[in-house]
Amino acid sequence: MAFETVIGLEVHAQLSTRSKIFCACSTAFGAPPNANACPVCTGMPGVLPVLNRKAVECTIRTALATSCTVQRRSVFARKNYFYPDLPKAYQISQYELPVALGGHVDIEVDGGTKRIGITRIHMEEDAGKLVHEGEFAGAQASLADLNRCSVPLMEIVSEPDMRTPEEGGAYLRRLHDILVYLGVCDGNMEEGSFRCDANVSVRPVGQVAFGTKAELKNMNSFRNVEKALEYEIRRQVELIEDGGKVVQETRLWDANAGVTVSMRRKEEAHDYRYFPDPDLLPLIVDESWVEELRGTIPEMPAEKIARLARQYGIPRYDAGILASTRALADFFEASAAIYGGNPKTTANECVHWKDAVLAGTLSPETIAHAVEDRERGTISATASKTLVELVLSTGKPFRTLRDEQGLTQVSDTSSLDILVDKVLAASPKEVEGYRAGKAGLLSFFVGQVMKESRGKANPKMVQEVLKKRLG
Amino acid sequence: MAITREEVLHVARLARLSLPEAEAERLREQLSAILDYVKQLDRLDTRDVVPTSHAIETGTPFRDDVVRPFGDREALLANAPDRLNDCFRVPRIIED
Ligand SMILES: [Zn+2]
Repeated sequence: MAFETVIGLEVHAQLSTRSKIFCACSTAFGAPPNANACPVCTGMPGVLPVLNRKAVECTIRTALATSCTVQRRSVFARKNYFYPDLPKAYQISQYELPVALGGHVDIEVDGGTKRIGITRIHMEEDAGKLVHEGEFAGAQASLADLNRCSVPLMEIVSEPDMRTPEEGGAYLRRLHDILVYLGVCDGNMEEGSFRCDANVSVRPVGQVAFGTKAELKNMNSFRNVEKALEYEIRRQVELIEDGGKVVQETRLWDANAGVTVSMRRKEEAHDYRYFPDPDLLPLIVDESWVEELRGTIPEMPAEKIARLARQYGIPRYDAGILASTRALADFFEASAAIYGGNPKTTANECVHWKDAVLAGTLSPETIAHAVEDRERGTISATASKTLVELVLSTGKPFRTLRDEQGLTQVSDTSSLDILVDKVLAASPKEVEGYRAGKAGLLSFFVGQVMKESRGKANPKMVQEVLKKRLG
Repeated sequence: MAITREEVLHVARLARLSLPEAEAERLREQLSAILDYVKQLDRLDTRDVVPTSHAIETGTPFRDDVVRPFGDREALLANAPDRLNDCFRVPRIIED
């Protein structure tokens, strides 16, 4: 039996605010335990949450960039459950009335474009962190650090539109790019700023109803999401083929073992008794605010790829690599503005030196000068690479180093003439052979001239001079 | 509108309350009576009425994204029944 996979993804992204969503504590990562906590985020009696405007703006901008409809009125709700990382015993989230509904993200798969629907985007607060201390003084305990309590998150829920792990990975990468482009999330997966849960099920090809789904958690890289999906799909198909049944449950991805493992099903796990938070009035977003924020949306990755390919005549693939990071694409455009030449060469250089570019240790001038000098034949490709490395190690300008190191190619014909004459005079037999029709001997002469110039001659010009002399 | 004993025990479990047998039955009767009383509202046609979640219909106020450290971690930890260094110490959570 052939099976079809159905995947939906839920992304939790930490919003790039300085302070928490409902209080003025810092959101900085890595602070000492409980240093970033206050009576509001630790749920002391009598406190009131006040919404961070910047968190709302980040969410609205995300909604606009993914073609969602921003809701004029949305409501914060309490999601009730007991856990020591949640001092209020409820998480403030949005439930029936989220801030945005119904958008999409276009991904590129198999050379085509596929549209993945976005069901909703809502805002919520993060929970704290528990460290399990193991055996301590004869008693087992956990330690709660509430620094992350009330750090602002948005949850972006996709439609079950993906059919393969690759599509899931492509959607996540595209969404990640969009959030980082917008500057609403730093995108750091290791620090948990961008987290993903996956709902996955399989069904016989042709069946309309969805199969029973499992929810996968604990995947902290794009690759791990793809691997977890691959494993889980195989597990479900094998289970069904062996006459078994998939049960609805949460499974944790174990990256070391490469398997998903069932979490014990808690009977009442999903009885959260949501209700509107009486401490927070509805969030009202008027049209003029939305329009103001619409004006702050930068060019999105998909548009950028299309424009770079069109404007600079570079392959879409190259444009895709450049646009994968906004800073790299900006660097490319800055380099190409300094020296137009062949943008494909500039693109290759930008990709080659990507790490240095993103680390901020290379300037667009360096790449522009490297490309220009190479295209004009002033330096060889090897010299270009050596010089950029020297720029990185010494910090001196490219052209200063070029002249200091004497890596300029000999391109002026009068000095080449002398070298060529010398080589031709020393090889009368080969000259005769060439003139008798052995065209292959040309590369022998080129090699000899290059040797005479100690590698500094421009091979293209050497060929031209040789042809003229021999012809 | 009678609710069942199982529902009473379920709600009690969600609220982390332990109920002796006798009390469960007494609460079942009381909760049923309360629900019956509230059920009178069902006689009203509320199809076109938006549920009221708040008494005033203005939007929520905002604060600017400015950090103001609370600066008194000791005061927070002083409320906890148990601590270890600067962390709250809680009974171990079993995850399996
Ligand atoms: Zn706080």
